[in-house]
Amino acid sequence: MEAVLDVRSVSMNFGGLRALSDVSVTVREGEIVAIIGPNGAGKTTFFNCVTSIYTPSEGEVYFTPRGGTPVRLNGMKPNAVTALGMARTFQNIRLFRNMSVLENVMVARHCRTRAGIFGAIFRPRWVRQEEAEIVRRSYALLRALGLHPWYNELAANLPYGQQRRLEIARALATEPRLLLLDEPAAGMNPQETAALKDLVVRIRDQFGLAILLIEHDMSMVMSLSERIYVMEYGCLIAEGTPQEVRRDPRVIKAYLGEVDHA
Amino acid sequence: MDLQYFFELTLSGLTRGSIYALIAIGYTMVYGIIELINFAHGEVYMIGAFTGLIVAGILGTMGFPLPAILVLAALVAMLYCAGYGYTIEKIAYKPLRQAGRLSPLISAIGMSLFLQNYVILVQTSDFVPFPSLIPEFAFLEPIAHIFGSSDFLIVVVSAVLMAGLTVFIKYTKIGKAMRATAQNRKMALLLGVDADRIISVTFIIGSALAAVGGVLIASHVGMVNFAIGFIAGIKAFTAAVLGGIGSLPGAMLGGLFLGLAESFGAGYISSDYEDVFAFSLLVIFLIFRPSGIMGKAKVEKV
Amino acid sequence: MLLTFPLVGVRFNPVENIIQWRWRNLALVGIGAFVLSALWRWALARREMVMVSAAGQSSFRQRSIWDNRTLRWSVGGGVVAGLVVVPWLVSTYQTNIFISFLLYVILGVGLNIVVGVAGLLFLGYAAFYAIGAYAYALLNHYLGWGFWAVLPLGGALAAVAGVLLAFPVLRLRGDYLAIVTLGFGEIVRLVLENWSSFTGGPSGISNIDRPGLFGQELSVAGTNIYIYYIVLAMTLLTLVVAERLKDSRVGRALQALREDEVACQAMGIDRVGVKLMAFGLGTAWAGFAGVIFAAKTTFINPASFTFFESAIILSIVVLGGMGSNWGVILGAAFLVLLPEYLRAFSEYRMILFAVAMVLMMVFRPQGMIPARSRQYPVEDAEREEGGR
Ligand SMILES: Nc1ncnc2c1ncn2[C@@H]1O[C@H](COP(=O)(O)OP(=O)(O)OP(=O)(O)O)[C@@H](O)[C@H]1O
Ligand SMILES: [Mg+2]
Repeated sequence: MEAVLDVRSVSMNFGGLRALSDVSVTVREGEIVAIIGPNGAGKTTFFNCVTSIYTPSEGEVYFTPRGGTPVRLNGMKPNAVTALGMARTFQNIRLFRNMSVLENVMVARHCRTRAGIFGAIFRPRWVRQEEAEIVRRSYALLRALGLHPWYNELAANLPYGQQRRLEIARALATEPRLLLLDEPAAGMNPQETAALKDLVVRIRDQFGLAILLIEHDMSMVMSLSERIYVMEYGCLIAEGTPQEVRRDPRVIKAYLGEVDHA
Repeated sequence: MDLQYFFELTLSGLTRGSIYALIAIGYTMVYGIIELINFAHGEVYMIGAFTGLIVAGILGTMGFPLPAILVLAALVAMLYCAGYGYTIEKIAYKPLRQAGRLSPLISAIGMSLFLQNYVILVQTSDFVPFPSLIPEFAFLEPIAHIFGSSDFLIVVVSAVLMAGLTVFIKYTKIGKAMRATAQNRKMALLLGVDADRIISVTFIIGSALAAVGGVLIASHVGMVNFAIGFIAGIKAFTAAVLGGIGSLPGAMLGGLFLGLAESFGAGYISSDYEDVFAFSLLVIFLIFRPSGIMGKAKVEKV
Repeated sequence: MLLTFPLVGVRFNPVENIIQWRWRNLALVGIGAFVLSALWRWALARREMVMVSAAGQSSFRQRSIWDNRTLRWSVGGGVVAGLVVVPWLVSTYQTNIFISFLLYVILGVGLNIVVGVAGLLFLGYAAFYAIGAYAYALLNHYLGWGFWAVLPLGGALAAVAGVLLAFPVLRLRGDYLAIVTLGFGEIVRLVLENWSSFTGGPSGISNIDRPGLFGQELSVAGTNIYIYYIVLAMTLLTLVVAERLKDSRVGRALQALREDEVACQAMGIDRVGVKLMAFGLGTAWAGFAGVIFAAKTTFINPASFTFFESAIILSIVVLGGMGSNWGVILGAAFLVLLPEYLRAFSEYRMILFAVAMVLMMVFRPQGMIPARSRQYPVEDAEREEGGR
């Protein structure tokens, strides 16, 4: 199957600190892949390199848009990466807090719409239609994620678990091919986590996505993902199916020092 | 271009620079600890000058000798300004610790406008002559026309205060706590540092230093009015930025650098555009080297 | 806190050069300070409580009567109708005051796009006001251009200047941006002041033509009324454009930029483009207002465009409510109209506004009339969805 994301030997240095060293990751079409590792292993940094929020110090990132050929992402602007079809959520929720839930999703339609300043001022017919379409699709997404009762609420007023869902809705609104989820279950209770598991599978099927996720909740990782990458101190220490990874001695060692995260 | 002219400019640049450095310390310390540009800091300096003026007026009619007046005026101004600094922080910034980055900044601008207008109301909006408090030093007689005793005093006092401050920050318990808080507030809190107290101390020290600067420069120039804080404040801020905001030695160097740059700019190019030099330096540095002359770039964490 | 407040009392030590003790003031201040400190602590405690209770509940956002479209339109229409008849009811002098009120509304709404909507703290706004004013003054003085030719040009020039300023400051964080714009504003003013041969220096430019009405000469009072209508039309245009922008794809991008730059980029918004737009859209209005201002006073000098002016415009936005155009109107009314009609108040005008700015930030950061996000007609969308 075609590789949607192909990361080749990426490294990232912050001054003297080597947060990533020589990390290679591939995600194929329709796959759910997980990255795990102890706190500070460099997982979020990896996401930031992939989405071009940071420019990797070394190595290359390739992404294949729908119906296209692989594109090298190094040095691209983050918004261009999103426009190609990669969307993400943030570990420390980054919603537009003083905008309504619906508007949060509407913002994410930006790269798929085109009304400009003059369109906004004169509001010709096509702009009005585009606006209506934005509202319709955004609301449909909220409905798909069960957030529609709150559509008019300020994002900041949503309960924590719903905020994480809204981040996913917002990411989906950019029509991604690859979705990056950074600890989507953090701070959720077991019921919410279970619902989230179903949701991830459902959106993968419904929107035809490949999903790369960072997660500390082992039950979720083990049951969801088809393949797992394990990181420690910025290096990949293991890769494979959940069964393989679970048995890997290096992984067991890496996780022994600390309290089990599951 | 004769050498004497060059020396004249260097010395006058040194004088200005010392004052900028004194005020810049207040900006840089506050920024180092709470990442806020304390817009009202220039106004504290202005109030220092006014307090000095009032004290000097009272003591003058009571017939005190000049040196005593100068010392007392400076001390009282320091005390008052320390009080102002402390109160400003309590009223305008402390309640906004948790708010975003825009609110404290606007509050600071409000505070600065308030202090200006307050001085207009209770004092005057005109320029007020400031008595010359600085006695003539005999040993400076031969060079008095280029480096008067007030210049001398300004440079010496600033140097002494800055040295004192450096020692304070390096060796006292509070000083160490301040450095710790500036590096990592959360960590310092966990280790039992009382952040509120540290912040208060920072404001107090910064304001007291600005007050000294105010009294000295006012008696050097011989005039004060409510608006002197604005320009001086921006220039001192420029100095802080030049040296790398948040860094104490940076503020001192930045102050001197700016003072010299202005003095040479005015002396060799054109004195009309003196303030334009300072502002342009500020803008250019903020845009191209926001971390200062010696600083290094930082990647923002996501 | 208590410890400092007696200090505040003593600090108000208003002695003039010839020593003039003002014990009475001192006593008053002492008492005042005591009362104020008690009030202050009470208010802080209350604020704490309100914040706790607000955090506890996450109810639906309240619908207010302002959601009613007809009501909004009729109130707006009434106000406009009232403003239209104003010049026929009041003296020339008062018409002038209304002109300056409306000018501040234009300026406030323009600045609001940058500060309130896009969240970029901008302290040199008066510079763009000056660019508009000087564009008209200079073009009129040297080339004899008329008002109507320069009006669009002034706006365009200010917008271009705004975009040019935006380029270098793109990467700057909020507080640095504030300082750079402040520095830029002061540089513009200082250049105007010092370039005497071209700009007339500190004494400025006088005898600027008033706008002509199809070549007819109007009396002074007549021109005044004419200018009043020009400003009124411009104000309405500004408001309509600003409101439409806010509720558009571009407006949402601006707000997203204000809320979170990183997330905004991650949602596919070009941060650079949006910032340039914010600057251009915001500063254009200052340019328009500047041209009108020059035509109204027929005399301009750099003293009208100090940092103080920028601060006044900013306080209009902050007090009224960042991001809220209705708030700006109210803010401008407070700042311009109130002092005019409450004479006793005018001496304390600026100090009260300064205090209000601080208090507003502490107790009500959203301003007098908070901005509200738009209610979208999803019911329609829902019906459509259901029909499929
Ligand atoms: N902008 C930055 N500047 C300097 N160091 C950074 C920066 N971003 C991340 N780091 C460092 O890189 C290392 C990896 O951080 P990262 O956030 O990627 O870890 P993580 O695997 O996501 O951990 P967690 O499970 O806690 O989210 C950490 O030591 C962190 O302090
Ligand atoms: Mg992380």
